[in-house]
Amino acid sequence: MTNAQPNNPNVPLRRRTGFRDFAQLLHQIGETRETSAKVEWLAAYLKEAPPSDKAWTLGLFTGRRLRRMVGTRQLTAWLAEWEEMPEWLFEECYHQVGDLAETLALLDRSPAPQEGMEGDLADQMRMLSSLSSLEDEEKKRLVKACWSGMSAHEKFVFNKFITGGFRVGVSAQTVIQALAKATGLEASVVAHRLSGNWDPATTDVDALLQEGSAGQDLSRPYPFYLAYPLEAALESLGRPSEWHAEWKWDGIRGQVIRRGGQSFVWSRGEELITDRFPEFVTWMEGLPDGTVLDGEILAMRDGRPLPFSTLQTRIGRQKVSARQLREAPAGFMAFDLLEVGGQDWRERPFTARRVALKALVQAAAAGNFTLSEGLDITDWSCLATLRASARENGSEGLMLKRSNSTYQTGRRRGDWWKWKVDPMSVDAVLVYAQKGHGRRSNLYTDYTFAVRDGERLVVFAKAYSGLTDAEISTVDTFVKRHSLEKFGPVRTVTPELVFEIGFEGISESKRHKSGVAVRFPRILRWRTDKKPADIDTLDSLQALLRRTQV
Amino acid sequence: MIRFTDNGLYCEAGDFHIDPWRPVPAAVVTHAHSDHARPGHGHYLCHEQSLPVMRARLGPQQFQTAGWGETVMRNGVRVSLHPAGHIIGSAQVRVEYQGEVWVVSGDYKTEDDGLSGAFEPIRCNVFVTESTFGLPVYRWRPQEEIFDEMRTWVEANRREGRSSIFQAYSLGKAQRIIEALRPYEGLLFAHGAVLNMQQALTEAGWDFPRVERLTEHTAMNIRKGCVFITPVPVGGLRVERWMGPNRSAACSGWMQVRGNRRRGEADKGFVLSDHADWDGLLAAVRATGAQKVFVTHGFQSAFSRYLSENGVEAGEVRTQYGGDEEDREDDAVEEKQEKT
Repeated sequence: MTNAQPNNPNVPLRRRTGFRDFAQLLHQIGETRETSAKVEWLAAYLKEAPPSDKAWTLGLFTGRRLRRMVGTRQLTAWLAEWEEMPEWLFEECYHQVGDLAETLALLDRSPAPQEGMEGDLADQMRMLSSLSSLEDEEKKRLVKACWSGMSAHEKFVFNKFITGGFRVGVSAQTVIQALAKATGLEASVVAHRLSGNWDPATTDVDALLQEGSAGQDLSRPYPFYLAYPLEAALESLGRPSEWHAEWKWDGIRGQVIRRGGQSFVWSRGEELITDRFPEFVTWMEGLPDGTVLDGEILAMRDGRPLPFSTLQTRIGRQKVSARQLREAPAGFMAFDLLEVGGQDWRERPFTARRVALKALVQAAAAGNFTLSEGLDITDWSCLATLRASARENGSEGLMLKRSNSTYQTGRRRGDWWKWKVDPMSVDAVLVYAQKGHGRRSNLYTDYTFAVRDGERLVVFAKAYSGLTDAEISTVDTFVKRHSLEKFGPVRTVTPELVFEIGFEGISESKRHKSGVAVRFPRILRWRTDKKPADIDTLDSLQALLRRTQV
Repeated sequence: MIRFTDNGLYCEAGDFHIDPWRPVPAAVVTHAHSDHARPGHGHYLCHEQSLPVMRARLGPQQFQTAGWGETVMRNGVRVSLHPAGHIIGSAQVRVEYQGEVWVVSGDYKTEDDGLSGAFEPIRCNVFVTESTFGLPVYRWRPQEEIFDEMRTWVEANRREGRSSIFQAYSLGKAQRIIEALRPYEGLLFAHGAVLNMQQALTEAGWDFPRVERLTEHTAMNIRKGCVFITPVPVGGLRVERWMGPNRSAACSGWMQVRGNRRRGEADKGFVLSDHADWDGLLAAVRATGAQKVFVTHGFQSAFSRYLSENGVEAGEVRTQYGGDEEDREDDAVEEKQEKT
């Protein structure tokens, strides 16, 4: 599988017609597994597409979510009416396909058009954004009219748009590489210029990509640099003196920006969350103009981090109450400095950035704006000891950063590593299974697990990942053959299969029957050697809980 | 007249089973796929075109064959075989006793693929139908459209100097694809499981384009841009090394759903099935005029509920065909043994 060729001869060259080309592009990149071919095709498309279509394409591929313009229930009811089909049958189909937009596209039998949907992508999006304000009957008429002009895969893309769930198997990295190729810019430059607040409907992408335009959007963050988990031996990293170590904090990765007299807080998901952390206002206002910080947002009291479960009460809240501010105060643990005096510092060595960062944090002298302290590493063995004590320090492990490393874009190997503590784990039995979505639709891949409490089984965690494809297929067969009951998409199964479930944290919870909530549960391995009688008990979970509370 | 037993479908009056999954003295077998034609029965009745592959797969057995529509008497029960259109030699079994008629369809498809014989609707009192693709999201396009796309894809790959790999079940779809790719005779290669079927059929007088084994001795200029038909992904097979740059496509009705296309190992999917689609199943049921329909392997509950709500008395039957609710349409396990 080598040598991607740029032009796919399956697609004859023809006049570009916006929406159809976009749908065709999606279809085409869905027909290869090679990233290089996807990049080539995307780049070729981006070179040709009119600017407004390019803006939409980039916006859609880099995760700008669309608003849901028509409700699921409405679409379901319309389709059932048009296709003279009972709604239960639609539900069966939906469970099988695992994707609403695709189910609708497969079931609609509007006659295949001679000519597909005309007009460019931007026109289409304008039309769609007006959809939500229409009366239901008008919406219904319009949806049907659109479907009647579309091929099957155009219908699928269109449905993705109107159901507000545009996510298709193309990574942001692929898009950035393609755009770099199409424009001749560096990938890291492209990534930076595409991040932040811009609206595909009103943005001139070519201008956005041009040098010097960065100043136009004061809030624009830098793409985050993400670490890979350390798998090799520490010794393979070279000498400890070339490395910097610090605790790995468990909160929300965030970027704090102070530019033009304004402050911004971004989450790693590129969401602007400034208003959710009013307690940051004072110290952010004190930052010098043209400053960008990278760090972790944590629940924090007097500069000391609190458990993640405390921060959790703040996540997702747009308005913060005085009580929350009192009970779950948030702070910022800074660990990197990306911009100083409006200058991009990402190419400077880590040590230099850190010296300046330290000075900055000290100068601010604010209680809950702190520096992630460096740890002393004279030799590798003491690092392992430190890691073992991570939980007592309220952290989830260690970060290792090469002293002279630049601040890179996205997840990269080589200079930054995360070395988390081993997860806590218990053996539990599979009790419910549900079909997955997207790539895993139509297989039972989403599992719920229980531990024992006397004679009862108590559900305590859901997990989606951790099994190989072969194992998933075996479990899938088991589920189909050992179903006890069916509740919509969920099946209860004979409690027979035992798995080792790992998780990063555990806290008390009133919302869960088991009385505990676990963080990042996942399947560590399938314990085919164990019987349901051998699984762990609720007591063992509570013991873990007590250990982390000291 | 026919009971659903632990051994399979049983006709007491005639004392024979249809596609039994446990060894029985006398079996009527609809077709040669391994979930229907199992080893160990005392006696096999099948269609004459089924015999070559049955022999190839089951070895020497007590076989009796019949032509289309030919009546075979069993203790006063009239048994006859009729085209099911599923694969070569696949039959529906018509059973008549004291004026009552049952038809057991085995696996079937209603589109005439040009090889398996055109599905013949038969009037009956009771119809036993499969339901592998018994949901309306499964609607097939005519095979010629799919074959055109396959040839276009092979052309495109050849222009890039790549081989084209078709993953398709060795008995059924493989023959349809080979026939559709006749223009590429000389460039056609296949996995051993496909070659075995091809050999059995050729010896029985079938005329297919020549298909060969791909080895390290195959000329370089032929390997590049060749067509390879295989029941299993080539990843891990020796032949992968000799093939050079390639693209792969899975050929199955399951490819209708995007999630399935993305989950497999192939680059793309062609929606090509040897089973009836939703419309085909409904049309077949209606054409029988049956008062009672039993629905076997597939989406039994949805399909039988739909029939019941539309005035056809229908019930679900549990069988061991297709292995499970979602018949994987292939004998992957059996054929993986060829892995070297």
